[in-house]
Order: sequence, then structure tokens, then C-alpha cells
Amino acid sequence: MTAIPQSGTYINFFEVKRGFMSWLVTADHKRIALLYFYAIMGFFIVAFGLGLVMRLELIAPGATILDPQTYNEVFTLHGVIMIFLFIIPGIPAIFGNFALPMLIGAPDVAFPKLNLISWYLYVLGGLLALSTLLFGDGPADTGWTFYAPYSVKTGTNVTVAVLAAFVLGFSSILTGLNFIVTMHQMRAPGMTWFKMPLFPWALYATAWIQVLATPIIGITLLMIVAERTLGLGLFDPALGGDPVLYQHLFWIYSHPAVYIMALPAMGIVSETIPVFVKKSIFGYKVIVYSSLAIAFIGYFVWGHHMFTSGMSGPARVIFSVLTFLVAIPSAIKVFNWVATLYKGAIDIKVPLLYALAFIFQFAIGGLTGLVVGALATDIHVHDTYFVVGHFHYVMFGGTGFAFFGALHFYYPKIWGRMYNLKWANIAFVIFFIGFNLVYFPMLVLGMMGMPRRYYDYLPEFTLPNLISTIGSWVLAIGLVIMLVNLINGRKGPKASTNPWQSVTLDWTHTQSPPTLYNFDETPQVERGPYDYRNYEQYLKEHNKN
Amino acid sequence: MTSTTLSHDVHPVHFDAYGKKLGMWIFLFTEVLLFGGLFLVYAAYRFLNHDAFHEGSAELNVVVGAINPVVLLTSRLTVAMSITALQRGDSKRAINLIMWTLILAGTFMFNKYYEWYTKWEHGLFPGMDHYKELPAGKAQFFNLYFFMTGLHAIHIIIGSILLMVIAFYIKKGTINQQRYTYLENGGLYWHLVDVIWIYLFPLFYLII
Amino acid sequence: MSDTQNTHVTGYRFSILIWVDLLILTLLTIEVAQFDFQSLTVIVALVIATIKSYLVGTHFMHLKFENKFLKAVVIGVGVLFLAVLIVLFSDYLFY
Repeated sequence: MTAIPQSGTYINFFEVKRGFMSWLVTADHKRIALLYFYAIMGFFIVAFGLGLVMRLELIAPGATILDPQTYNEVFTLHGVIMIFLFIIPGIPAIFGNFALPMLIGAPDVAFPKLNLISWYLYVLGGLLALSTLLFGDGPADTGWTFYAPYSVKTGTNVTVAVLAAFVLGFSSILTGLNFIVTMHQMRAPGMTWFKMPLFPWALYATAWIQVLATPIIGITLLMIVAERTLGLGLFDPALGGDPVLYQHLFWIYSHPAVYIMALPAMGIVSETIPVFVKKSIFGYKVIVYSSLAIAFIGYFVWGHHMFTSGMSGPARVIFSVLTFLVAIPSAIKVFNWVATLYKGAIDIKVPLLYALAFIFQFAIGGLTGLVVGALATDIHVHDTYFVVGHFHYVMFGGTGFAFFGALHFYYPKIWGRMYNLKWANIAFVIFFIGFNLVYFPMLVLGMMGMPRRYYDYLPEFTLPNLISTIGSWVLAIGLVIMLVNLINGRKGPKASTNPWQSVTLDWTHTQSPPTLYNFDETPQVERGPYDYRNYEQYLKEHNKN
Repeated sequence: MTSTTLSHDVHPVHFDAYGKKLGMWIFLFTEVLLFGGLFLVYAAYRFLNHDAFHEGSAELNVVVGAINPVVLLTSRLTVAMSITALQRGDSKRAINLIMWTLILAGTFMFNKYYEWYTKWEHGLFPGMDHYKELPAGKAQFFNLYFFMTGLHAIHIIIGSILLMVIAFYIKKGTINQQRYTYLENGGLYWHLVDVIWIYLFPLFYLII
Repeated sequence: MSDTQNTHVTGYRFSILIWVDLLILTLLTIEVAQFDFQSLTVIVALVIATIKSYLVGTHFMHLKFENKFLKAVVIGVGVLFLAVLIVLFSDYLFY
């Protein structure tokens, strides 16, 4: 059923094959990206809804709409879905899959079928996670961290939830493996490592973390399963085990996982800023090295999640020092982005707005991260809403905003249409205000001493909680406007192949939407990725139309 | 390298032997770290329960335990030789050597079964009464013993299935003298599973 | 991108030679374990095991003929694991 085009006609990847089945067996990286997109957005909306429910419960002290047990289950499911099904796969699996081969001038990823298998594993993991709602004593109530010994003792469906995380880890590993080999083997002629754009570089660093850290959580979760089903008390102190070791193993993965979530977002920001400033990125190599440094140092800072868990004194000091070290490369990136803006011809379009919001909110998230990374202050704010505020600033304010920025950025390339820019701006403003209304009060609440993971609180915490809940509605309105605008955009005006005037291969050498194997002929790379000197001349020569 | 025109109906990706091998190696790293997590647990618990681990180890049968590394070692040789055979174009011999590997894998599994069975007879099996009464520390030794050797046994089974599939494709001719990467990758997996046993063996059987 | 399949063929005899080496090392591990080197016992066992994995890696897994990148990454993964072990023990050693 493959359509063989006449020479000169252009058939995009939507039109090559038609029908539902052709999507389920596709090996095209762009189609797989879209499969991921729909699945991930579905899970995101579910978890977003759970977040709204939690905020509603916290609108006033005392029980309002949830009982304590349900609240525990809701925040666990919210965490599991957001972490394992949205943030970790989000940018790499959707925008990495879509753009990576085009950015390096390749027709596809190295292992297209494996790519599809990763998607099926993702769906399987997602369905397993959701299935915990349907049987037994309800979904896990342990928090997304599944800490032993509670995760071993509770009667809720921890085993299935943990297996879901295991399967999703497998999916993540295979995506990472695929990307590494793709970047090693399939760069277009002339594209040396240091002519590779920064989003691929970020994905490269991310992929290594995915490959090298994920197995640790895999085996840790299997140990929880063995403890629950076979009675091997691997973390049982009565048998000579150590529950704190579970926390060690969990965070050996889950802290690097924070960088699996953050690095691709940084890559997106590095990719968008030069396009809207029409200027080469400041300190290209430094950004590359800082990505690699984050990946490497990030592997050794896991203990800062356990300052109050009873670790030895020297261990706590070592982890605190290492944590401060990992802040350096992140700060370098922020500096470089801001320096890129300096004296640039700034063209404020929606993707840039999201990138700027990323910088602002990621800076807040990063600086509050130092507060919890420092040993002394962490003892004070550990397990309070300060931590909740901190990681939502990094994960949502950072990665989440970069995700939606990337969506607005690649939208015309993916669908070949343009959404309404004015409404996109309006949605962004509401989204941005809503976000800060939800999470800034949490930082304040944490400083006031409100502990996390309770369905109830003392009366003196009421006002910030009320603001935060109202903010959650604003955030939801912003999201709805954004999504409606994007959906309507499918019927919007046709976009040119390069509406943002970018000089990277994904925009200059492909159609919108791209053809099946992206390029008519293998591109020859001579220029650096962000070389905007005489870019108008260059685009005139290379643009598809 | 000249630019090549890509036609739309032929997948433009070349058969990339090195890429496939690189992918396999990266997968092996994940396996190393999967067991690596368990070795971390082993190290921590051995440190916490030093004497109990010695007592536990003394209850394992060194003679029976020592047969297995030798068996695996030999299976490693047959895999390596089957790759040589295929590279020299002797696919019949390659298949024969894979069969020998599978027989040795079977021997390993039978030996493992015998070992676990004697533990079972002594009530030293997860879930049995005697097992539940094990003192702290020693219990952890046996937890890890069963978990790690069990996980390793699963890997032996996966590796065997992999080699069987590869043998099938050699017979079909899909894997041949020119394209032997899949056999090489199967061999890599097999060697890695054996490398894990190289470490498991002294850590469980030889603590005096 | 031409066929990058490396064409090196390991001879049967060479493989058997390595096999004999590994066999001797296995017997050595068992022999050595009979002596009590106190806390060094486990170190000795792990050193022999690492020599064995080195032999397997270079000859059976053909690392000897692979490019520098792959060699470096294999070593890197080993170093990474050791580093994690050391950092983890900053908790247990000083507890």
C-alpha cells in the first residue's frame, strides 16, 4: 500500500499510508512521536485532573471532598503518572523522536522497530499503572517513591504499580539506547560532533543517564516485588536488611532521573532562543560540556533526598557538597541563554515566551534547590510544602513549560499549519500567572512549616492554600485555552516550511509536514548549527519554498 | 561521501553492523547495572552482617557450586568457536557449536535445580518454615542468594532462547558469513551473563 | 557508510587457549579461598574475577579489536559502578 510518488510530487508522512492500522505498525520516527504525543497528553490530562482534585481538597482545613486514604492514593497516582508517564518520556519521546533525526540529517532513528516497541512498552506500563484503580484495595498509597517498609506492608496495589514503573523504565532505556546509536552512526556528512545542534546534545547526555541509571530502579522495584510476593525480606531490618538502603537505591536512579526530565528541556530552550534572537548561541561548547557535566555529577548527588533519613554525618556532608557542584553547570546554562539574548534582534513569539518563562521559573526552582541541597536548611524544610513548591518549579515551571514551548515551536513542522498566535499568547499569559499562583504560595507554606502529603492542615495555613487552589483554576483555564487553540490550529492557515526562519536542518531542508524519510537527498553540512550570519541569503538558497 | 538520492519505497538505512553492535553493548551496560544494583545491596548487607554471611556461605556446597563456573566457561568457548565457524563460512559447524552451548546451559540449569532442590529438602527455601526461622543476617544471605542466582538463571534462559533463534536463522541463511552480527551480539549477551557468574561464584560460595 | 563489520577472525586454537587460562584462574579462585587472608580474602577473589572478566572482555567479546570509544565506555561503566559503591559506603562506613 506504499504510495510511490512521481518525481517532483511531495507526499508528507501523514499521507504515505492511511488507516488506523498503518499507525499501529509504523516504524516512522515522526509517527511514533505522534503516537507518544497522544498517549502522553492523555496521561497528562488525567494527572492534571488529579492535581486539581488535590488542590480542591486543600482549599480549606478539614476534610472537604476526599477522605485521607483516597487523598493518599490520589497524590501517589498523580506522582506516578506525572513522573513516569509524562515528564520522563515527554520531551525525548515526542520531540526527540520527531526532531532528532531531522536535526542531524538522518532519515530515521537507528532502530526504527525498537522505537515502536518502546512505545508499546510505554502504553503497557501506562495501562498497568491505571489498572491499579480497578481491582483489589485500590491504587498504591505510598507516594511515588514507594518507600520500604510501608510499600511492603500496605495492602494496596503496590506490586502492579511497581511493575508499571519497571516496564516504563524498560521503554525509557530502549529510547535512550536508540538515540545514542542514532547520534553515533547517522549524522549527516559534514556534521561533526561539534556541529550538532544543542537539542541532540542534550538528548545524548540524557540518553546516557537513561541507560546507566534506569536499571538500578528496575532491580530495586523487582526487590519490592520479591518482598511482597515471595516473602524475601530484602529490606526487612528484622532479617538484617536496611530500609534506608532502599532509599539509597531508589534515589541512585531517581535523582539522575531529575536530569532525564530537565536536560531535554534545557536542550529545547537552547534550540529556541537563537531562532528568535537570530544570533548564534553564546558559548556553544560550554553548553555541551555543561550538559555532560550535569549528567555525570548528577549521578552522585542522590543522598540529598535523605538528609533526614538517618545517614551518617560524613555521607550527608559529601552529598551536600556534590549537590552544590551540580548547580554550577545549570547556572552556566542560564548565563549563556541570557547572554544570547543580549544585543540580539529579539522577536517575541510564543515559543520564545515559553523559553523565557522556563529560564525565570527554572531559576526559582534551582535556587530553592540550593536551599534544600544545603544540609542545615534542608533539616528545617524537609518534607514540607517548600519541597513540593521547589520541584514543581523545576519540573512544571521548567520542563513542563519547555514541553509546551516545544509544542508551539514544532507545531507548524509537525502539522504544516499555524495556530492563532494571539490566542497562544493569551493562553501563555494565563498559564504563566496560574502556575506561579499555584506554586509560589507553596514555598511560603513550606517556610511556615506545613508538611507535605497530608489531606488536612492547621487553620493558620488557610490563606496561601486558598490562593494556591484559585491559582490551580487559572492554570487549568490557561491549559484549556492553549489546547483548544492548538486543536483549532489544525484547520488554521498553511504554514510555510520555515515560519520561524531557523537555520537548522529540521527547518531548512524538510517539508512541513516532512516526507517519510525527511530529506530528498542526504544533506551536506557545512555551517555550524546556529550560524545566523547572512541567514536570509542562506534560507533563500535552501528553504523548500 | 557523496550524497545519495533516497527513493521513497526503499528504506534508506543501511545495514549498520557497528551500530547494531554498539546498541548491544549499550544494552549490556544496562544488564551490568541491573546486577550492579544487587551487588550494591550485597556489599552493604555483607558489611552489616559480616559473620552471618560467612556462616551462610559455609552451608553452600562448594563442589557442586564449582561445577557450574566450569560448565559456563566451556559454553563460553563453544559460543566463541561458533562465531569463528560462521566467519569461516561453516554454518553447519556454527549451529552444532550453538547446540553444544545449549546443552551446557541445560547442564548448568540442572545443576542449579539440584542445588536449590537440596536446599528445599532442608527447608531452606523462601516461604518454608526453616527459612522463616533463619537468624538476622543469615536470612539476608539466603535472600540474596536466591534472588541473585534466580535472576541469573532467568538470564541464562533468555540467552538460550536468543541462541536458539539465532541458530534457526543461521539454518535459514539470514545470518551468514557476510552478516554475522546477530550471532556476535548473541555471543556478547552470553559472555556477559557468564561474566556475572564470575563474580557471583566467589561472593556466594567462597567466603571462608 | 560501507560495511563496517570488523573482519577479524579469532582462531579456534586461540579460543581454547583462553579457555584453559580461565579454567586455571577458576581453580585458583577456589584454591586461594582456602587460605584465610582476613579482610583481604574478598579482595583477592574479586581481583581474580576481574582478571577473568578482562580476559573474557578483550578476547571473547572482541574488545581488543573495537574502537577507542567503546573501550573507554566499558571502562567508564566499571568506574561509574565503583564510584557509586564508594559514595554509598560513605554512609555505611561511618555509621
